[in-house]
Amino acid sequence: MATGRGSINRKLEDNKKDVLCTQMPESHNNRPKNGHKNGLRSNGKNGSHTSQSRWDEDFFESFEETPLLVAILTYLGYGLLVVIGQIRDLMRAYGIEKDKSCTEPKLEGFVPLYQSWESFYTRNVYRRIRDCWNRVVGSKPGTRITILDRDSCDYGWTFELTGKKLNVMNFGSYNYLGFAENSGPCCDQVQAVTEKYGVGVCASRQEMGYMDIHRELDLLVAEFLGVEAAITVPMGFATNSMNMPALVSKGSLILSDELNHASLVLGSRLSGALIRTYKHNDMDDLEMKLRDAVCNGQPRTHRPWKKILIVVEGVYSMEGSIIRLPDVLRLKKKYKAYVYLDEAHSIGAMGPHGRGVVDYFGLDPRDIDIMMGTFTKSFGSAGGYIGGSKSLINHLRTQAHSFIYSTSMSPPVAQQVISVMKVIMGKDGTNQGMKHIRQLAWNTRYFRKRLQDRGYIIYGNKDSPVVPLLLYMPSKVAMFSRETLKRGMATVVVGFPATPLIETRARFCLSAAHTKEMLDEALKIIDDVGDLLRLRYSSLKPPDFSEKDIQLIE
Amino acid sequence: MAYIPATWDMYDLIQGVLQAPWYHMVFEVALILLIFKIYVSQSFSPEKTVLTEKEKDLLVEEWQPEPLTPNVPDDHPIIQSMEKYCIEGQNGKYITVNGKSCINMSTFNFISMVGNKQIQDRAVKALRVYGVGSCGPRGFYGTMDVHLELEDELAKFMTSEEAILYSYSFATIASAIPAYSKRGDIIFADENVGFAIQKGLIASRSHIKWFRHNDMEHLESLLIEQNKADKKNPKKAKVTRRFIVVEGLYLNTGKICPLPKLVELKWKYKVRIFLEESMSFGVLGETGRGVTEHFDISRDNIDLIAGSLENSIASVGGFCCGKKFVIDHQRLSGLGYCFSASQPPMLAASAIEALHILQEQPRLLVDLREKCEKIHDKLKNVTHIQLIGDPISPIKHLMLTEPASDRDLDMHTLEMVVDYAMNEGVALTIARHLDSEENNLLPPSIRLSVNCELTDEEINKVVSVISDAFREVLQKLSSVDMKSPLDSVKQGDGEQIASR
Ligand SMILES: Cc1ncc(COP(=O)(O)O)c(C=O)c1O
Repeated sequence: MATGRGSINRKLEDNKKDVLCTQMPESHNNRPKNGHKNGLRSNGKNGSHTSQSRWDEDFFESFEETPLLVAILTYLGYGLLVVIGQIRDLMRAYGIEKDKSCTEPKLEGFVPLYQSWESFYTRNVYRRIRDCWNRVVGSKPGTRITILDRDSCDYGWTFELTGKKLNVMNFGSYNYLGFAENSGPCCDQVQAVTEKYGVGVCASRQEMGYMDIHRELDLLVAEFLGVEAAITVPMGFATNSMNMPALVSKGSLILSDELNHASLVLGSRLSGALIRTYKHNDMDDLEMKLRDAVCNGQPRTHRPWKKILIVVEGVYSMEGSIIRLPDVLRLKKKYKAYVYLDEAHSIGAMGPHGRGVVDYFGLDPRDIDIMMGTFTKSFGSAGGYIGGSKSLINHLRTQAHSFIYSTSMSPPVAQQVISVMKVIMGKDGTNQGMKHIRQLAWNTRYFRKRLQDRGYIIYGNKDSPVVPLLLYMPSKVAMFSRETLKRGMATVVVGFPATPLIETRARFCLSAAHTKEMLDEALKIIDDVGDLLRLRYSSLKPPDFSEKDIQLIE
Repeated sequence: MAYIPATWDMYDLIQGVLQAPWYHMVFEVALILLIFKIYVSQSFSPEKTVLTEKEKDLLVEEWQPEPLTPNVPDDHPIIQSMEKYCIEGQNGKYITVNGKSCINMSTFNFISMVGNKQIQDRAVKALRVYGVGSCGPRGFYGTMDVHLELEDELAKFMTSEEAILYSYSFATIASAIPAYSKRGDIIFADENVGFAIQKGLIASRSHIKWFRHNDMEHLESLLIEQNKADKKNPKKAKVTRRFIVVEGLYLNTGKICPLPKLVELKWKYKVRIFLEESMSFGVLGETGRGVTEHFDISRDNIDLIAGSLENSIASVGGFCCGKKFVIDHQRLSGLGYCFSASQPPMLAASAIEALHILQEQPRLLVDLREKCEKIHDKLKNVTHIQLIGDPISPIKHLMLTEPASDRDLDMHTLEMVVDYAMNEGVALTIARHLDSEENNLLPPSIRLSVNCELTDEEINKVVSVISDAFREVLQKLSSVDMKSPLDSVKQGDGEQIASR
């Protein structure tokens, strides 16, 4: 989603440097924001962990380099957009073209709220393809969704609903396990709770907003994660931004993956600790920074750090990569750091029991100091949790901002999590949960393998249900999104600034509820559109994993 | 989606370069060359210490971090009181705690929307269409038609051009402030603003100037001071945005902000006003449109109003409303809006229904005001209690008239009051704070919230229980032979439990 304003020129400059780097496989780029795992882009394994056990052998992750020609063309494309944008801005300034953007009225004596150049990107690039985002949905976010058709009579400045409804396959929602449902036993339980409790709580946990349903949820989450205790918060974003400040403070160091989610960045910032970023999933870089931090202490004073917190995500939602968790834990032990693991996209979706990346690697959840995750994705609900040792959770219950200053979870939302979690754990007496988990794993392998065979550049791990397909050029972003929708498939496309400028991509989120027929149809649509847009950029041999080793449950 | 654009610094830079005179540039270049020279010559100095790998290993071996968290025992008073008073079933006007039914004077269920049948039906209907979660942020198929409907309804209700919906009230103002105010800008904020605002202020990295609570003279003096500084540096002043951030009804004090004066100052000193109406939305004004309606001030005077759907509306979520050119900006820059899943549709649907009820039954607000004033009147003169808050405010703080020097001690006293009242069937709560993080920590208090459906008997009961509780507890505390104050509290506590 294009969330950026302005400063496009600088970004262009920066990325020109990037493209040069991309051509030199081993050159590293240290800038935290744009610097993007250049170098380690060969198809296949890229760590240097020879002594490690089996996990590394089975860890397949691919980040193919941007082909040179494509990169040049992409920059030319942006160049053109900028030039035209400048010309049109000029025309708007002189009144030759009517300015349709909702501009700020001049208020005598007030400093303007925005600078005109700040919104250059929004006005001249994002606006043209605005219809690809914020589409209006009129149904549950299941495998098929109803999209309310919109029309713009002024090239993207405003939209109007036409009243037409499109029923399309959904490859955009984070409904990994397929529990976003409006019928069935989970939904019935939610209805019963709504009728018993109502929807509101109107109080924070410490101020008489703590209800029996919250207690039940906390206990269940702790059991599910395999940790001593857990707390829950009504919003995943706030779980990070409101709890991290209770863990570290000034005098502590946060080592953060450069591609961490905005909520983690905000939480880190609010904590007052010093933040250093390391290259995405690059364990050598992490070790170097850890070693450096422990040896040199705090800047200037050289006093030792109070604590060092490594902040990582389980599955990265824009890259489809999986954290090299065993390595992180090895480093954590060696350097006595603490680990904060955000499992927003991996809880439920990864591992043989759906318990996230920890389960996927077969590790002990107690080795991770802070287990965080959200209920927005696999559980088809809303909110987030933090799990860990009893003393951590007790500390958070007394000190976390989310327990003191904000409302606690709405009962029906909590019940949805409880019901779904019980299904996943098999506590409902069926094997539905297992079935969903296996199906998702199978779907993931099947879909990824087919896409790679067809020669698209696909990022990420073979087991990650987030599947990014690289589009590169800004014009293709819009085209891909519109054409797939026309053919009956809703997809997410992501561009600058959520990704580096040239690495715009489409993203498919797989779901356990997708059937094989749906996947096949989706592949057909992608092929259609892919040929239209010439998306088969890959020059590497397709990888040799397959879905065959995953046993489906009938 | 891990990218937060940091554009402001760039702008400063460009401005700086464009405005610098030529000799300045020459001078700077010379300076840079000099620094470079010093740097290069220094790197040859022999003293630079380089650690060998072995030494580094030793250092790594030696370093011992602090524990992640202090060890908080299970019987910490806060955890204890939370567990002790865990609510069974609905959190409505009456609540059940430990099998006992209590009048609820502690939650922000001002107009009794919790458990409203009409709202529940609407929520269930939405549940049967959309499921519970939206499974995506607004940008990626998380925009349901109910979200748009709610935004429309809110905008219409507040007669503003546009409204934007957040999935959590805390994230609303905390995201809105940094979307507009950047590094280098100046924010004038009331010292008693709520915690969410405080976090928003920190996240904005702007320069914060605190003025004393509701003290317009102090604010004006700060504004004049700023004006003088601006005259000295007009170039900087031309790009420095200025904001006043206030709450409509202060959660921390139960007081209403002097909006007419604020608006006057806004136009006089050219500052924008951000108004946080979490507590006043659906409470103040003839029809619940907040503090602007209360003072009969046109909402066009306010640049941004942020409200909460978690208090009188009894759902979960928040919103901002104002002019389109202001609000739309957040759709791309509000962190909590862009980077988080949208509000569960069934909660949006219940908020829509609650708004309808509010519009259909203005009686609710008349009742609420009446009850607030009644309670205020009755508690005003009770011994041992210092009553804080405006008479028509549904939030009132009860502080001790003779606080001890030790905060913990007062806290303990109040906890005993809460225990006593709970036992008598009135649910109260202490206003909780993070002592070390609050900008301006107020003395410990019990925070009372008034519900519009309280009957006269219930009000009488509440008042008598509260005055009894304070009297009994304080008597008990003073009657115990005081060796060490904390000792006595523990003893007192024990005795009281025994006496029940
Ligand atoms: C890594 C990560 N953390 C936190 C969140 C926020 O979760 P929520 O949508 O529940 O606010 C997200 C969601 O996009 C995420 O990807």
